[in-house]
Amino acid sequence: MVSLEHYLLMSATLFIIGIFGIFVNRKNIIIILMSIEIILMAVNINLVAFSSFMNDLVGQVFTLFVLTVAAAEAAIGLAILVCFYRSKGSILVDDVNMMKG
Amino acid sequence: MNGSSYNIFNSSNYFGWSETQGVLEVIQILLPEIVLAVFSMIVLLGAVYSRKNKTTSIVFWGTATTFLLVSIFIIFRGAAVYTAFGGAFIDDLFSRYLKVLILLSAAIILMLSQDFLKRNNLFKFEYPILMTLSVVGMMMMVSAGDLMSLYMGLELQSLSLYVLASFSRDSVRSTEAGLKYFVLGALSSGMLLYGSSLIYGYSGSTVFSEIFITASANEKSLGFVFGLVFITIGMAFKVSAVPFHMWTPDVYEGAPTPVTAFLATAPKVAAMGLFARVVHDAFGGAFNDWSQILILLSVLSMLFGSIAAIGQKDIKRLMAYSSISHMGFALMGLTSGGLEGVQSMLIYMAIYVMMNIGTFAFIISMEVDGKPVSEINSLQMYSKTNPGRSMALLILMFSLAGIPPLLGFFGKFYVLKAAITSELYLLATAGVIASVIGAFYYLRIIYYIYFGENPRALDQTHSLFNQTVLVISALAMVLGVVNLFGLEFVSEIAANALVN
Repeated sequence: MVSLEHYLLMSATLFIIGIFGIFVNRKNIIIILMSIEIILMAVNINLVAFSSFMNDLVGQVFTLFVLTVAAAEAAIGLAILVCFYRSKGSILVDDVNMMKG
Repeated sequence: MNGSSYNIFNSSNYFGWSETQGVLEVIQILLPEIVLAVFSMIVLLGAVYSRKNKTTSIVFWGTATTFLLVSIFIIFRGAAVYTAFGGAFIDDLFSRYLKVLILLSAAIILMLSQDFLKRNNLFKFEYPILMTLSVVGMMMMVSAGDLMSLYMGLELQSLSLYVLASFSRDSVRSTEAGLKYFVLGALSSGMLLYGSSLIYGYSGSTVFSEIFITASANEKSLGFVFGLVFITIGMAFKVSAVPFHMWTPDVYEGAPTPVTAFLATAPKVAAMGLFARVVHDAFGGAFNDWSQILILLSVLSMLFGSIAAIGQKDIKRLMAYSSISHMGFALMGLTSGGLEGVQSMLIYMAIYVMMNIGTFAFIISMEVDGKPVSEINSLQMYSKTNPGRSMALLILMFSLAGIPPLLGFFGKFYVLKAAITSELYLLATAGVIASVIGAFYYLRIIYYIYFGENPRALDQTHSLFNQTVLVISALAMVLGVVNLFGLEFVSEIAANALVN
């Protein structure tokens, strides 16, 4: 039987993978976008698991909102990335260095 | 799905959702937000189909006027408290105070931007539309009564701001700023969301008033505390509190100056308002848990913001560190808790916005040979060429540093008073030390203006509106001493609406 704890562990693992994907990754900005998506999906698993184990629909409504916003966020992220590529000619993380910090 | 197993909106009986608030009633409550959202869509369609350069100017003025009208509408709404969508949207005096502040600052910044955008070939109708959308997001944020509306408001605000930051899309700096802002902003939303999901799981609801009940229990589960920490981190990102400030200097430096001016004012107000709303409405019972985190954030922000600003050569970067430090002070007010704490935070934010609008009215107009510059060096001996503007800048810098007779001092005074009343002596001491260190870099700008070495010729092309705003804001710093423009009274009733 899959219990709530299993779902939570799974989602926590995904969340940590996402965070590490953003900070450890030194290659490509697309990977960062994927990591952000992984984080949001970890949240969705959490919400749906809670929702189903509590017999409460709010969590699933929340998930739908998160999915919608995630789509918009990916669209905007890619749009900015395209602009950046046009002016800089590269999407390597190490090339995002015009300003220190 | 059989009807019995799922219970849609647990909290329904609480706010009378089950009696179904009429559509008209809901529209009435959300009228300001709806008006702005519909306005932005109509303008977007209209501007796309008309395709004339003439319309851009009309859109700018129209948007600013709409902001003004909506804020006047909100002011005349009276003191009643309205809730909609089962408590997910709260329209009380606290949110109205912040909304007016957001709308007015957005309207002024929009007008300040015009000249800069025209000269840098960025005068496009998308700018005011994106600004309107982000303002709608901010209004949702300060009215949020539910984790869902909090998230939606926050995202609407942030997504518009990402685009605005990379608005000058042919410039590497601007797109890089947008990219950095996007990555770290998305990360912070992710953290906030993960926290929300844990809070939802461990308290069984997303409505703040229900979470409050769980938060007030003596025994809090580990998951709940984790969720609280994650939500706090997510919001600390948005107010750019140290150690979650990394994006601020880069984004401020890279974004077009009018966008920087916008980033430094309205979103900060909204984020602080949201912070106050969440820690009081949702986690009011867990004061000891969040106040510790906030004390740490506040001390680090104040000290780091002041120290890191010392070595800056770029005035936009300097303003970024200055805003980090100012957010530390505002958080100090919030940490103090209670009516006085929230009130001092509200006063601080209003004064902070006034000072920043004035300062940015000047920074937006800084140009050499028609190209925008932001090096502090270019201000050398500015008093020779333009004593009037130098004087206004002097007053604003003194006010930002918190030197006594000026308005900026009173912001710090109320915050420190609140901290001392709640016996946070160490925090107050750190605040005083930070403001002394901070005075150094503000005074350095004044030193350059009045005692610099080789004079550089900044262009004299300040538009009339920018000059007026600069002068009015500097005058306000002096004249506001009389009664703070009634801020004390207004912020007290606003804080009262939140705390009780």
